[in-house]
Amino acid sequence: MAAIRLNYDVPGDDFTRAGEASADLKARMKKLGMPSEGLRRAAIALYEGEINLAIHAGGGQILVELGPDKVEMTLTDQGPGIADIGLAMSEGYSTAPDEVRSLGFGAGMGLPNMKRYSDDFEIESELGKGTRVFMRVNF
Amino acid sequence: MSDFFHSVTLDKDKCKGCINCIKRCPTEAIRVRDGKADIITERCIDCGECIRVCPHHAKKAITDPLSSIEQYAYKIALTAPSLFGQFNNIDDPDLVFSALKRIGFDEVFDVSRAAELVSDATRRLLEAGNLRRPVISSACPAVLRLIRVRFPSLINRVLQLVAPMELSARMAKDAAVAAGHRREEVGCIFLTPCPAKVTAMRMPIGSAKSEVDAAVAVKDIYPLMVNAMKQGESAEPPQSGRIGLGWAESGGEAAGLLSTDSYLAADGIENVISVLEDLEDNKYPHLEFVELDACPGGCVGGVLQVENPYIAKTKIKTLRRYMPVSINHLSESIPPEMHWDVDLEYTPVMELGKTTQESFEKYAELDEILKKLPDLDCGSCGAPTCETFAEDVVRGAAALGDCVVLMRKKMEAIMSAAGLGEEPKRDSYQKWRAR
Repeated sequence: MAAIRLNYDVPGDDFTRAGEASADLKARMKKLGMPSEGLRRAAIALYEGEINLAIHAGGGQILVELGPDKVEMTLTDQGPGIADIGLAMSEGYSTAPDEVRSLGFGAGMGLPNMKRYSDDFEIESELGKGTRVFMRVNF
Repeated sequence: MSDFFHSVTLDKDKCKGCINCIKRCPTEAIRVRDGKADIITERCIDCGECIRVCPHHAKKAITDPLSSIEQYAYKIALTAPSLFGQFNNIDDPDLVFSALKRIGFDEVFDVSRAAELVSDATRRLLEAGNLRRPVISSACPAVLRLIRVRFPSLINRVLQLVAPMELSARMAKDAAVAAGHRREEVGCIFLTPCPAKVTAMRMPIGSAKSEVDAAVAVKDIYPLMVNAMKQGESAEPPQSGRIGLGWAESGGEAAGLLSTDSYLAADGIENVISVLEDLEDNKYPHLEFVELDACPGGCVGGVLQVENPYIAKTKIKTLRRYMPVSINHLSESIPPEMHWDVDLEYTPVMELGKTTQESFEKYAELDEILKKLPDLDCGSCGAPTCETFAEDVVRGAAALGDCVVLMRKKMEAIMSAAGLGEEPKRDSYQKWRAR
């Protein structure tokens, strides 16, 4: 059974569209009869990722590979990169600007939640080049 | 699935086969086949959205006729809070209660009473802190059914308390039996604002059997009630306070919790769906309580109501003004009859195949079919969107040739190859715009 590949482009300047990839993935997973706990974890992790791409990276690309027993999500951007990944991964740490926080985003839980809800989490980043996040959720 | 009961049904003679209902159905449960709409029973949640939008009044709700009350020796009317917004110049609930007695009911039990007890019980459960947050209200039966077919991961957030209508019937019946009536002679008749409550009575969620015996549409009893109303009497005292009556409209249930401001209330099925999507993404982790009503404005917006929902709200506001906050309270702990005794179970109706393997295979086919389709979502094939149509094709419920746009292209090619007929004049519109 070949994995289903889904590609999403996340725009950097339109917050109203953050969540579209997650909504689309959920709809597909329901049609495929994926277990609801796996669906929930994948949806949360991907939604947080979308928000991060919109807020911090000026947008980016998402590749989802959905199989019968797992979903793998790779988020790539060409944004400013993360200087201290350890610090960025700590709960409550945020570099989101004030105007973003006033919209209710930027609570410093994005990356920690992405890690918490996935079974496998990898992140690599280079200043000035961009960031790549890989997440796998097993069902 | 022949054991399904649905209040929402089709009047085939009136149906013209247009696409208004298929476009608005929140569970993609309607198709047009052979020129008539067809409701896929497993998917229908009885929200009544199709009744609201059908320009030909071909969608209707099955309810009980008023004559059905005659089979009971002791007749109890159950009045929903939203009923009080249907009439003009109501300054006292007694007008409604005494009108119903004149029509032939022996007793009126105001559902607002039970609503205040449900508010009290919800408050206690939230304070005890053992429930997964945010807690989702179980009061709207259409929302419960929506969650059951579309939001499996949220099922464990649903408040497992019996809804006010059902609790009212249980309380009213027990009281009548305690007063000396034989149980089988007592009939609890709910005056229903919507088809979903009729279905909730026939096929309850949370309990095996409903104590509500019949549901009469508000619009059917309305003319009789208007004629039976007389100003100036005040024989029957109000049965609830502001909290109970507040359940009539969106936000009323949540506001009645008093103990928290961290709640959300959404009304209208599209808004409800967008909130449920967000909850699935854990978007509001600090939220305590979520109230969702399928109808616009809450129960006042039910399709079997008579009054404009927003006018109804204003009328209820006037009635509530001089009422106490609440007059029904739980004396001790939450009684067992307020809890569900049957769990809500996910009913997968959106899946492409019976097994994951089959679903994946069908998904690959679906992907190929979608590439051929115009992506116009015109509905002419009888399915609401191109994607739904493609799903129908892979399920074997439709054929690619049903796509009108594809067929038209094919026909134009054949005609032009054969030198037959007139070429379509695609430039007419541009000429008209440039006139």
